[in-house]
Amino acid sequence: MNSLILRVATRYLAGILLIFSVYMLLRGHNEPGGGFIGGLVGATGFVLYALACGTSMAREALRIQPQTLAMIGLGIALVAGLFSIVFSDALFTGQWLFIGATDDDKGYPLSTILVFDIGVYLVVLGSILTIVFAMEEEI
Amino acid sequence: MEILLSITVGILVAAAVYLMLARNVLRFIFGLILISNAANLVIFTSGRLTLGAPPLIADGALAPPEGVANALPQALVLTAIVIGFGLFAFALVLIFRAYTTLGTLYSDDMRIAEPRSEDAG
Amino acid sequence: MGQATTDGPATNGIWGWLPVLIPLAIFGWSFSFLGPISNGEVLRFSSDWVPSLGISLSFLVDGLSLTFTLLISGIGALVLLYSNTYLAGHPQYGRFSLYLVSFMLAMLGLVLSDNLISLFVFWELTTITSYLLIGFDNESAKSRRSALQALLLTGAGALALLAGLILLGVTAGTFEISVILAKGDEIRAHALYLPILILILAGAFTKSAQVPFHFWLPNAMAAPTPVSAFLHSATMVKAGVYLMARMHPAFSGTEVWMWTLTIFGATTAVFASFLALRQNDLKQALAYTTLMALGTLTMFLGSDTGYAITAFITFLIVHSLYKAALFLIVGCIDHETGTRRADILGGLGRAMPITAAAAALSAMSMAGFPPFLGFIGKELKYAGAIAVTSEPFFVAGAALLANSLMLAVAGVVAFKPFWRTTGEPLPKTPHEAPWPMLAGPVILAALGAVLGIAPGLIQNTLITPTVDAMLGAPPTEAKELKLWAGVNIPLFLSIATFVLGLALYAVHPTLRNILARLDDMTPSFDRGWDRILDGLKALAGWQTRLIQSGVLRRYMFIIFATFVAVIGATLYLRTDLPTSFEIEPLAAKQWAVIILMIAGTLVTVATRSRITAIASLGVVGITVALVFIMYGAPDVAITQLLVETLIVVLVAVAMLRLPFLDRRGESDHRPLDALLAIGVGTVTTITMLLVLEQPLDLRLTEYFEATSWPEAFGRNIVNVILVDFRALDTFGEIAVVVIAALSAYALLRTTAKEAGK
Repeated sequence: MNSLILRVATRYLAGILLIFSVYMLLRGHNEPGGGFIGGLVGATGFVLYALACGTSMAREALRIQPQTLAMIGLGIALVAGLFSIVFSDALFTGQWLFIGATDDDKGYPLSTILVFDIGVYLVVLGSILTIVFAMEEEI
Repeated sequence: MEILLSITVGILVAAAVYLMLARNVLRFIFGLILISNAANLVIFTSGRLTLGAPPLIADGALAPPEGVANALPQALVLTAIVIGFGLFAFALVLIFRAYTTLGTLYSDDMRIAEPRSEDAG
Repeated sequence: MGQATTDGPATNGIWGWLPVLIPLAIFGWSFSFLGPISNGEVLRFSSDWVPSLGISLSFLVDGLSLTFTLLISGIGALVLLYSNTYLAGHPQYGRFSLYLVSFMLAMLGLVLSDNLISLFVFWELTTITSYLLIGFDNESAKSRRSALQALLLTGAGALALLAGLILLGVTAGTFEISVILAKGDEIRAHALYLPILILILAGAFTKSAQVPFHFWLPNAMAAPTPVSAFLHSATMVKAGVYLMARMHPAFSGTEVWMWTLTIFGATTAVFASFLALRQNDLKQALAYTTLMALGTLTMFLGSDTGYAITAFITFLIVHSLYKAALFLIVGCIDHETGTRRADILGGLGRAMPITAAAAALSAMSMAGFPPFLGFIGKELKYAGAIAVTSEPFFVAGAALLANSLMLAVAGVVAFKPFWRTTGEPLPKTPHEAPWPMLAGPVILAALGAVLGIAPGLIQNTLITPTVDAMLGAPPTEAKELKLWAGVNIPLFLSIATFVLGLALYAVHPTLRNILARLDDMTPSFDRGWDRILDGLKALAGWQTRLIQSGVLRRYMFIIFATFVAVIGATLYLRTDLPTSFEIEPLAAKQWAVIILMIAGTLVTVATRSRITAIASLGVVGITVALVFIMYGAPDVAITQLLVETLIVVLVAVAMLRLPFLDRRGESDHRPLDALLAIGVGTVTTITMLLVLEQPLDLRLTEYFEATSWPEAFGRNIVNVILVDFRALDTFGEIAVVVIAALSAYALLRTTAKEAGK
């Protein structure tokens, strides 16, 4: 797969997929999407990139070891779940903060739920890339 | 449709079982993929099928309209798909590793941990 | 043998002394209960443990449990004091004292429990800690074997006991012992009385080493001597006796109870007495006398007269005192001379005068000479035996024989080594043991004498409350301890005992040889045990070879065949199969999806080409995604599509290096497997059809629909379930994904390293 066109095109496609994956992640609470889907979309982007330009390029683009990414994601999800202890709620109870909320508008919601979903996103992305990169390199 | 899907699931399961009993572990993996799909369909169908009404709440509404699809099995199936993928990837790597180490894809010939006691002497 | 190292430092430092204080404190504390108990009070402490199952952590202090508590903690303190010197400088002393103290606490918990379940828990704790103690010398194969034997045998008994206790609790409607004991008539009349009795006695008999479960006890001698002293006097083996005594009010008074205990007890007592005489090792001889004592105690528990129970509790105390003392003395002899062989030891009286005196006192109590407590115990035994109304001659005869033999053994163990003149050369020059090792024997032996002269010390504080606790309130004369009870049958029996015992002692060396020869000729329980274990291992090996073929296909076949058999049988037996189904009219796109899915499946099975297989698997995956899309599950559908893509990528990457599906000339045609596969598919379909006939419980879904926006602020209910309502589950699931990825990564990396070599 040494086609220049493929390589250049894939670079843009991967970038678009990555942006799309974040979009899927963020809208997930209200529309179809979420951490699982976002993570899968992001992983697909990187996998495409790796197929076209080689794993070393893809690793460089990722900048961080995928297995580290997965562990970070797991840690973030755990912290988001444990955060509720501070408010003496049960584990993994969502905590919400509405910025600029008025009576009829909830403003910009911030929540541990979103943090948890980001954790899921990173886990899915990191885990899949761990396997795919390793497979491609070892085989 | 539920009944038709039940029969289809039966066919999927039968095919998966046949593949999982094969000598070649690659066929086993194919069976694993099929049986994962079948299992997901079982969960999804057991929650009953509702045509074209995703469990979303419209802007301004407090609850979804009457008669939307059952959200619970969907959540179960969604994680099951991802976990199924993890299982598949691990199994694939495992047989790949087995092949590079033992030089065979035939499960009957893979005897490192449990060598044939009698006939190998 | 002697594990003590005399070269090392003489003490074990703070960890040698500290453990002594624990039993000492408990001993002191239990004295505070003497007052209320002698006034006839019964103290109860309780706190809930598993309230839903009616299990509570409750404790009961009455005469019986207080007697045991005092014996356990008192002897425990002396034993720990003794051990600190006996095992001075032992590198594992900390471990030893930890085990010993835990063992003691478990035993205390056992005798104080007022709940069947907590009693059982403590019972098992004594099993485990005694296992650790018997196997303390873990580098010796003999120790390990003995420890395992004790563990398996008492553990098996404990299983029976657990079943019995649960049955008892269910029958009585409560697990509180004090409540159960008040319901004795109800329990004895119950249909389950016999099963409960058998199960509980199985536990008690194994623990208290009644014939034929006796052989683990002499083997438990592998433990360091102080442990034996503790194990044999106040703890472990007394647990079974305690249990029978505790349950006495609920169970006794029936023919079964009386005969079972009398026969097992008498057999054990006589059998063990003969075996005790046969031994040359002092410690072994003592071990068999413990069996004799346990047999006697069991025998008396069979009865429910005041005399018998008074005899029981008195002999229990007597035996604990002299047995602990004698074991500790044998330990001293072993420690100071380097041997425990009865036939070479002699003339130690001069070198070890204090030990000799303590030995003499204990032996006289054991032999039942006046004015020792042992004498009172023996008189009461005879009085109790005669009071056994149904078979006085049998019980009295067994007691007479056992007592005479006991007297002879007492002479062999505690008299001969010290006062026989013809001592043979010893491995070490004997001298007196240091004071911490003498304290135990001296105090215990002196107690035997003091309590014999002044039985009033324990009369009202321990004996009467115990007998009352077990029997209600029997007449006073039945429970009185008297050194001189007048000229009566027990006195004549005592005299007969002395004569017979001394005669046996005189002919002891000849008798020993005869008994040894007899013993060798009869089949040994211990070797039988080995054969049972070997058989068990062979059985395990056989069934492992049978089931664990190591062939993946066979495992899969068994799993699927079991699935078909079990689910199929249930469907056949329990339900009416659906007979008619209506397939509602479907749109063309639905038919198309279904047909494509089936086609993809069939091609995957049939093809011999890898690429075709992957492509058709992809078709199946995408049609499944289409089903999700059609039926209102966009999230699931997107996930499915993305995963399908990744699967294809991974398989494609792997295929580059993997060979073809079939070897040349072979075909994948397996009719039997196909039959099984069709079976599994059919069962699955039928099960699903049955599930679909049932009404769907939508409560959870309705809850999620109603609260998703108002409480969790999310409009996509599926996502809200995943990250909010069921976030803990999701966390577990993503953890699994990470683990799978890391394992796969590790597998691949090792391949790379090996290839790089």
